[in-house]
Amino acid sequence: MIQARNLTKVFHDKKRGEIRAVDDLSFICQPGQIYGLLGANGAGKTTTLRLLATLLRPTSGSATVAGFDTVAEPERVRANVGFLATSTALYGRLTARETITYFARLNGLSDLAIAERLARLADELELHEFLDRRVEKFSTGMKQKTSIARTLVHDPAVLIFDEPTVGLDVMTARNIIRFVRDCRSRGKTVIYSTHVMSEVEKICDTIGIIHQGRLVAEGPLAALQERYHDRDLEEIFIRAVGAEQEDTA
Amino acid sequence: MSLHNILTVYRKELRDSLRDRRTLISMIVIPVLMIPGIMIAVAGITMKMVNKAREEIPTVMVLGGDDSPAVRGALAADAKLRLVNFAADWTRQISDKQLRAAVEIPTGFDSALERGAPAEIKIYNYEGELRSDLAAGELRDVLNRYREKTVAARLAGRGLPATLVNPFETKTKNVAPPEKVAGNRFGGMIPYLFILLCFTGAMYPAMDLTAGEKERGTMETILCSPVARTDLVLGKFLMVLTASLTTAVVSIVTTGVTFVIIGLMAGGAAAAAQSGPMPTLDPAGLLLVLALVLPVAVLFCSVLLAVSLFAKSIKEASSYATPLIVLIIVPAMMGMMPGVELNAKLALVPILNIALASKELVSGVFHWNYLALIFGSTCVYAAAALAVCVRMFNREEVLFRT
Repeated sequence: MIQARNLTKVFHDKKRGEIRAVDDLSFICQPGQIYGLLGANGAGKTTTLRLLATLLRPTSGSATVAGFDTVAEPERVRANVGFLATSTALYGRLTARETITYFARLNGLSDLAIAERLARLADELELHEFLDRRVEKFSTGMKQKTSIARTLVHDPAVLIFDEPTVGLDVMTARNIIRFVRDCRSRGKTVIYSTHVMSEVEKICDTIGIIHQGRLVAEGPLAALQERYHDRDLEEIFIRAVGAEQEDTA
Repeated sequence: MSLHNILTVYRKELRDSLRDRRTLISMIVIPVLMIPGIMIAVAGITMKMVNKAREEIPTVMVLGGDDSPAVRGALAADAKLRLVNFAADWTRQISDKQLRAAVEIPTGFDSALERGAPAEIKIYNYEGELRSDLAAGELRDVLNRYREKTVAARLAGRGLPATLVNPFETKTKNVAPPEKVAGNRFGGMIPYLFILLCFTGAMYPAMDLTAGEKERGTMETILCSPVARTDLVLGKFLMVLTASLTTAVVSIVTTGVTFVIIGLMAGGAAAAAQSGPMPTLDPAGLLLVLALVLPVAVLFCSVLLAVSLFAKSIKEASSYATPLIVLIIVPAMMGMMPGVELNAKLALVPILNIALASKELVSGVFHWNYLALIFGSTCVYAAAALAVCVRMFNREEVLFRT
């Protein structure tokens, strides 16, 4: 489970002054569910996910991931989290096998466990053909499969996806979506950030609309449709964000 | 802190770096093949040219002296000179290298000598040109021998002893073992080279493992893993230290082997006998120098890692790291200045202290109190730099600097 309580992150910029990238954000993400964080570019999605993955420390507020506090026990949080983003690249000079083994070792898996896990992931994700080739020679699809294997190698309870389909072709993006659904069916807690409405509609159980670091609307798709009297998520998004803008004005 | 994680990171970085062509080139190919190759080629060509120039019998023109057959005869009798007839354009011939040198004998030189009147012989050459300088040298030798012969004849003619013009001799006796004198001369260079190579060897890996990872997007991937930041930085640090020391050791060994090869090319034992004893370095001293340099290498690796981590790209890291070379060269140069001697205060100045201590060490002189001070202070600096580096890895504004 993921639980964010009044999570706030403030950056200080010499030119722009104080920037509240995440502002008093609270939400809960249950196991076996996909929580979709929907927002425009710069809305604060990546910062929120980085806070949950312990890459950043909150200015105030707190978050627990898989039962561990992100500030007090960051290493235990990371041991229970799989983080996949377009910004999490792979080591080009390592093979897929070496990459997966490396991250398995850092997660404390024994050699026997690594061999078993590697064989299983290679079967599930069809990695056998390129398992011993260097990542730098891979196609985008091969890289994505290897990244997924890297994310899952320690069988984490929580999965965090930060716009994982950005820049991918249709087939590769579909593979990612399928993989995210698989995670839900295995009872994982999944948080998925995107600005693509269709993806949210397809896979998310709960949607959180984020704007200027604040959660402006939250709920299952049906509840949001009822609240905003519209079936089109894009319209709902515009209204939610617009209402917030009017409020702040 | 987990040793398992530190070693896992280290092994991965080592494997990754050994597959990186640029790291291999800077760590192995340049010191093992290129530097010795260039040195041997340059030394070989130079030796060949010098030998060829020495073997050549230079063409020399005698200007005047038709009324002085004695001195002309002395010049003509020298088998290492080939005299040619006078030509008015002799200066042009020297410039065009048709003629190597010219010697001007004034009118009435022989008779002036007989009278004991002062006389002057002029030698013309093209200074800086090897063959012309060798010809002028040979002319000076012939004329010096002729002068000595003349002086001896004059003294004998007057029944005077040779000591009249040379009443006493001076001789300098060296009490230091000759091989140590040579060691002192060359030994000072070894730690300096070692320090510089440690720095240059660490530069690229330090940038690649930090700013390079940010640039390639792998930094965020590794930061998502449960490995503690301290373990991560120590694993990376060990890799940079390995590259630094490997580059330095490989370079020093290959340079040594190259000098031996050049020595053999130059004529081996015969050349050694001519130029004096082979320089030998005190092995214990050399080991101590390496022990002193080790914390300096740690210091360099930590500073370079910290500086490179701050940068967003390898290009930016390079612009921060390259000027640091000046901070190494300046103290090392100060150590070579005459009159600068090791004392308690200077023993605390990094790099300069090692430059000053190393010359004494390799020739077998040990000032243990200063050595302890140098080693201790450098270890403190290295530990501080490593602590700063670890701290930098824990600062999100450094890791996610945009």
